[in-house]
Amino acid sequence: MNKSIQFDATGKLRHFLTIDGLSRELLVRIMDVAESFSSVIDQQVKKVPLLRGKTIVNLFFENSTRTRNTFELAAKRLSADVLNVNIATSATSKGESLLDTIRNIEAMHVDMFVVRHEASGAAHFIARHVAPHISVVNAGDGSHSHPTQAMLDMFTIRQCKGDFSKLKVAIVGDILHSRVARSEILALNLLGTAEVRIVAPKTLLPADAEGLGVKVFHDLDQGLADVDVVIMLRLQKERMSGAFLPSEHEYFTYFGLTGERLAKANPKAIVMHPGPINRGVEIDSRVADGPQSVILQQVSNGIAVRMAVMSMVLGGNGAATGGVA
Amino acid sequence: MSGKNIVIRGGRVIDPANGMDAFASVCIADGKIVAVGDLPSGFAADQELDAGGQMVIPGLVDLCARLREPGQEHKATIASETAAAAAAGVTTLCCPPDTRRVVDTPAVVNLLRERADLVGKARVIPIGALTRGLQGKELSSMMSLKKAGCFAVSNAYAPMENLLVLRRALEYAANCGLLVTIRPEEPALRNRGCVHDGAVGSRLGLPVIPYAVETVAVAQTLVLAEQTGAKVHFGQLSCARAVAMVAEAQSRGVAVSADVAIHQLHLTESAVDGYDANAHVNPPFRLPADRDALREGLATGVLQAICSDHQPHDPNAKLDAFPATEAGIAALETLLPLAYQLIEAGVFDLSCGIARLTCGPAAIMGLDSGTLSVGANADIALFDPELEWTASGADWLSRGVNTPFYGATFKGRVTQTLLGGRVVHSL
Repeated sequence: MNKSIQFDATGKLRHFLTIDGLSRELLVRIMDVAESFSSVIDQQVKKVPLLRGKTIVNLFFENSTRTRNTFELAAKRLSADVLNVNIATSATSKGESLLDTIRNIEAMHVDMFVVRHEASGAAHFIARHVAPHISVVNAGDGSHSHPTQAMLDMFTIRQCKGDFSKLKVAIVGDILHSRVARSEILALNLLGTAEVRIVAPKTLLPADAEGLGVKVFHDLDQGLADVDVVIMLRLQKERMSGAFLPSEHEYFTYFGLTGERLAKANPKAIVMHPGPINRGVEIDSRVADGPQSVILQQVSNGIAVRMAVMSMVLGGNGAATGGVA
Repeated sequence: MSGKNIVIRGGRVIDPANGMDAFASVCIADGKIVAVGDLPSGFAADQELDAGGQMVIPGLVDLCARLREPGQEHKATIASETAAAAAAGVTTLCCPPDTRRVVDTPAVVNLLRERADLVGKARVIPIGALTRGLQGKELSSMMSLKKAGCFAVSNAYAPMENLLVLRRALEYAANCGLLVTIRPEEPALRNRGCVHDGAVGSRLGLPVIPYAVETVAVAQTLVLAEQTGAKVHFGQLSCARAVAMVAEAQSRGVAVSADVAIHQLHLTESAVDGYDANAHVNPPFRLPADRDALREGLATGVLQAICSDHQPHDPNAKLDAFPATEAGIAALETLLPLAYQLIEAGVFDLSCGIARLTCGPAAIMGLDSGTLSVGANADIALFDPELEWTASGADWLSRGVNTPFYGATFKGRVTQTLLGGRVVHSL
């Protein structure tokens, strides 16, 4: 991995593309800054002037509601101007190349691209080709990386559980196609999590899965035994037509999180999901809405964490050290 | 061809086809080699080439080089790529049929040969299409293609519709006495994969090309080759298991040969880390164990040739998110320097390394080139093993700069190349 691409010559975070290559200290700092922003969100006037005069472009080549909305809110709460560009219905459908799209928006004198793209490596490619004054934040590229989602999940785990070194965490579902899982595994290991598990049928696991730094389980009951955190992943409907799985029903029967299954975990375990949820496919409604679920807390935390990342990437050292007006 | 009498003096002559490695003079008349060793009596040289401190080797024979013409001249042309070949000491280029007018008629074969002759920098041997339009459905006019000058037919990267068509095509090619070159790839298993199915691909979240993409195709083809008696050549193997399968078939007397692309002998899956599109190649870079098995296969002779798998691209082809970029490396000009690195490292000896670049591929294709035998065409390269150079800028002639080795410094460079007794490249 080209680790240096995320940092400028002075070692300051310039792009936020992947957890790979970041330090534990940086992850902790992101969470600390996010914590200080959480109080902003509770104020009457939910704004700080940290990015006043900056222009942030939400460049979404793939549909998204939650991620785009929370990025937009986060940018606005930092007082930045926000431009939403939905490329799925825009230029590239007319045959414009990715690089040309970037060059054109760059010419509008913007400061940051928040990029979502269906191809792994798209955010890296854009970061490598943007003008020197522009930063890139990865809002999800293919099956590769979704680092702000991972950070908001780490932040949520820290709020609920504290010390990572005492935790067993299970990530359940379509690991093969999940950028969330890849980023979470990196972040959990970097933060010193005692045990990171992944639970999935073989068709939904990548090659050399252990090499990612996890224990692999193919049985949900075994994978959930005594864990403190359960992270369920969304199952795309296309996995059935692609012969990854026989049916939603069979998947739910063997890999869906029900109250009964959750009972195998630590009684105080929390249940997380990056959304959007497929109720009755990967998770039972009673669990998703139950007392152990922190799914909506994750959404709220998404704003604070994205404020933290954007202010650290674009702002001066003031933001990076966690100072909030 | 030129009728000039030339003598190459003072060089270390390496001609694996004749088991030769000695200091000798090479005499050329009428475009042919007339003597290696002492000058024949009465031989008066019009031109003397000083090969002091250099190796004199047969011009390289490349079993897989794409020149992009006709149809993709925005990537490269016969003129640009044969000039690059001459600079690289490559005198014979076998070109896959997947140009944008597919090489499935004698007219396209003739067009390619005429354009190459006009430029006069290298011999171009078009490989004919195995099926019409490379559609994988109907047989191409193989007899006509052979008459037009094809030595082999291939479907290149294009899939066959089913195994029955492949079987018939092998039978018919065997009947024509044509070699069939196969780039083994099972299309359904390939899916949209672009990197090896290993730790790096898993981490980068890229669609993968498992070993089975290659090994399943090798297994199917070997069974059909054995049954039909066709002469089959596998191009650009990438994995240890495929090498072992070919070795096993050879041990039972099946008429099968195989080559490997030069970059597979150097790079592994880690080359794509950081999403380096210049390392996007098909078959993908795999594990060190595969690279080592491919090297071993060359040393033992299971693989008889190293090819460049030259695929020049326009810059745009590599300017996108990794999975959306086009696969392929512009490899002609680094072919010999990269092979020489392996010789220097003791992976195989000098004679073996040169053989895999000259007489080995020539024998597979049934060409009479790749040797310095008396009577052979004077296709010769002078290689200075000490000369350092950087693969970039004015020292790079291919239109494509899409290679992970662009900008690298190499020890060893071709200083002069002769084609049919004519100097077509001189530093």
